[in-house]
Amino acid sequence: MNTRLALTLVMSGVLALTACGGGTTKDSAGDQTGGATNAAKGDPNAALKEGLKITFLPKQVNNPYFTVAQKGAEQAGTAIKAEVKPTGPSDAAASSQVTYINTAAQQKQDALVISANDANAVAPALKSARQQGLKVVTFDSDAAPDARDVFINQATSNEIAAGQVKLISEAVGGSGEIAILSATPNATNQNAWIEVMKTELAKPEYSGLKLVETAYGNDDDQTSFQKTQGLLQAHPNLKGIISPTTVGVAAAARYLSSSEYKGKVQLTGLGTPNQMRKFVQDDTVKSFALWDPSKLGYLATYTAAALASGQITGAEGEKYKAGELGDYTIGAKGEVVLGPPTVFTKDNIDKFDF
Amino acid sequence: MRNLLRWETALVFLLVVVALTGQVSTDGSFLSGGNLFYLGLDIGEIALIALPLTLVIVAGEIDLSVASVLGLSSALIGWLWNAGWSLETIIPTVIVAGAVCGAVNGLLVTRLGLPSLAVTIGTLALYRGLALVVLGDTAVADFPASYTSFGTTPVPGTDIPYPIVLAAVLAVLFGVALHASSFGRSVYAIGANEEGARFSGIRVKRVKLSLFVLAGAVAAIAGIVYTFRFSSARADNGLGLELAVVAAVLLGGVSIFGGKGTLFGVLAGVLLLGGLRNLLILQDTSTEVLTIVTGLLLLVSVLAPSVTRRVASLRKAAP
Repeated sequence: MNTRLALTLVMSGVLALTACGGGTTKDSAGDQTGGATNAAKGDPNAALKEGLKITFLPKQVNNPYFTVAQKGAEQAGTAIKAEVKPTGPSDAAASSQVTYINTAAQQKQDALVISANDANAVAPALKSARQQGLKVVTFDSDAAPDARDVFINQATSNEIAAGQVKLISEAVGGSGEIAILSATPNATNQNAWIEVMKTELAKPEYSGLKLVETAYGNDDDQTSFQKTQGLLQAHPNLKGIISPTTVGVAAAARYLSSSEYKGKVQLTGLGTPNQMRKFVQDDTVKSFALWDPSKLGYLATYTAAALASGQITGAEGEKYKAGELGDYTIGAKGEVVLGPPTVFTKDNIDKFDF
Repeated sequence: MRNLLRWETALVFLLVVVALTGQVSTDGSFLSGGNLFYLGLDIGEIALIALPLTLVIVAGEIDLSVASVLGLSSALIGWLWNAGWSLETIIPTVIVAGAVCGAVNGLLVTRLGLPSLAVTIGTLALYRGLALVVLGDTAVADFPASYTSFGTTPVPGTDIPYPIVLAAVLAVLFGVALHASSFGRSVYAIGANEEGARFSGIRVKRVKLSLFVLAGAVAAIAGIVYTFRFSSARADNGLGLELAVVAAVLLGGVSIFGGKGTLFGVLAGVLLLGGLRNLLILQDTSTEVLTIVTGLLLLVSVLAPSVTRRVASLRKAAP
């Protein structure tokens, strides 16, 4: 009796679910509805509407990086007289943003600015929100391209990598042996940057620099710390280290600042001002870079307003103005690039808190 | 029994209060078809898993591994889909895998006599770990729209989401099983007095095992719903969902010590928690407040029955 009941229940579940058709496999399944459709044309002369309602949805609330981005978004909101409403989940799980996307649609907001926790998990909800008239702008982390209007990319690989090489060249005075301390050997971003760095180093203006080793700290504090130690022992003539990862650059700075190499071996990389402040102040690090999240939030909000006002539709080549950041053009696949990363030095680091 | 009836009346009353204040404070947006659709989607998986879990808790046991089974089934879907299986084969396979997970819990509890709290805390970690082994930290998302659209579109002509239809069908089946069959009576008997149940000829171990199997199978079904709803198969899907489900079941008036509770109360509990959460988000309440309100509500739900019981016994004692 018990077993039979259990079976009946389970089987009814199976039937309920499998009732919808036969033979769907990965190969037979057609591609999903593709491509953002931008049938309407943007009117570049349209004025920005006042009183727009924009929802700002970070990956999770109480994350310092997104709190800074939110400040930028609110600043833009004040400038264009829009109502920017920050909201979001307390955990960064793949699906926890969906409720908030649905709520924005339900509240009949004009636009949604979101950094996606999972490019695909938010896509169905974003598509449904767009059908209900919301303009969707992603920033920092993109959603599936057909689920949003515009993606605000923080920086291109070229800008990031070329900037890093320039910083280290300035720091070591244009000549000497340098090394790279990366994250994991198969990190997509890092490897793309390292490739560009090598191309940059081949240019005549960097002929004095010689890349002697690329080490991998696996984005682990302890490993990065030990790899820094290893690099310095293996290459007595090492003049500089580039660590294009926030974990690596902080660990390397910590090692250098307490060692005899402080001031003799230069370090630059991608790091956050809060992590790096004391190493910049004690002269271990002259300069490092990262995009400014507040500018990212600012640009995303302006873009959302431009979309909701009909200035742009998200098509390639459209131009618009984003307040004090100046003019932007939408690139391929509806992407807008924020611009070169911000360089932090002793002079400006205290202006940033993230 | 009178206390229980009272608690369910209180729940319905609370539901009406939430619905009315929500309707007034959001200018009619709370009870609009569109919002009810989203509300239905949000509570779909919780409602599904709450059904078998009610029976498990009424029988005096607990299953904390349900959300991990959901994650494991999601990971399995992604893995098998990548391996070229058809969804029509994947779905029953995954449900069977869920039932096996439940059976492992059940066998450890009934054959080895281990406490279900300890066993399922262990398998909570184990099944989530297996999910990560199966799919790693990648996501599989290229499912056909014919399957994923049921998470974004309502049943034609209504505002009812498909997962709620599924939950409603299963709720009827579970309701009949718990409240109108000898199987259901034995579940209550086991929860109220296991020794007594055994001496009355109830096959305690078999009943308990079948309850764990059901919990696993339905958690796997919830995993399928979850995966298609977000069109994303991931090993970390539904992380922490077990707490939301247990909270809803307890709020529904089911005694954590077993033997007491109704499926109707649990469904009201699911609806109350989901509705309150939806309303608070709709009114832009911050996440911190949201968590605090949910926690307080749960405390009240555990306290209220024991307080009313004490009041009742005091009254009885008085001349």
